[in-house]
Amino acid sequence: MTSLTSCLLLSALLFAIGLAGALMRRNAILVLIGIELMLNAANLNFIAFWRYGPNPEALTGMMFVIFSIGVAAAEAAVGLALIISLYRHSKTTNIDEVNSMRG
Amino acid sequence: MLFTIFAILTVAGAVAAMSLRNLIHSVLGLTLAFAGLAAVFLLLGAQFVGLAQILVYIGAVAILVVFAILLTRNAVATPQTIIAGSWKGSGVVVLAVFGILAWAISHSVVSRQVVPPQPGATMQQIGNALMLRFALPLEIIGLLLTAALIGAVTIAMDEKEAKR
Repeated sequence: MTSLTSCLLLSALLFAIGLAGALMRRNAILVLIGIELMLNAANLNFIAFWRYGPNPEALTGMMFVIFSIGVAAAEAAVGLALIISLYRHSKTTNIDEVNSMRG
Repeated sequence: MLFTIFAILTVAGAVAAMSLRNLIHSVLGLTLAFAGLAAVFLLLGAQFVGLAQILVYIGAVAILVVFAILLTRNAVATPQTIIAGSWKGSGVVVLAVFGILAWAISHSVVSRQVVPPQPGATMQQIGNALMLRFALPLEIIGLLLTAALIGAVTIAMDEKEAKR
């Protein structure tokens, strides 16, 4: 088993854990954390394929991860602002109780 | 060997983040997972990305999540159940996704590839690539971050404050 396989397996495991959290937890903040974990799993895939791929000197995998980290930071900021706004509006962050778009 | 240790740390942190009842403990687990992943990046030879991971995820995203937890008064553990109502279907989906991914990885041709020598990625190469070949995506990311900053402030602003 090469190291690329173990990297990909770690990434798949991390993605599954993040997906489980995003789908199963009731708290909206935990759902966001699960999404962050899935994004990180994708980043690990990019780095692994950059390291073991045929053309590492082109740096494409690494560049993609740098941009992906930037997008993830923006996504976290907007997501948490939405959760704070939701809490202010309906006094809860439990997504099972949030079942209306207005009022 | 080092890879195994950091992989176990990462997975343990992620499992703790997703399963603990107290949200502050969850964020500590999340920080552990991010740190383990940064160490894996460093092991794979991506120094810049590993350090950016520490700076952005541990330094910014984890702190932001802590602030959100404190602002929404979630710091104490809830007595009610933490699992959503539809957990059985979700569990099936998660197991199916992981099973398919693991099957595809173990049966693909990449597992029989030879390991190439360590590629170099110096700061100079990364800077050149960012400023020449990837200059346009860099500018777009800057624009996106500005828009996200303004959007986050606008969304989180108090509605009564905004009316005045």
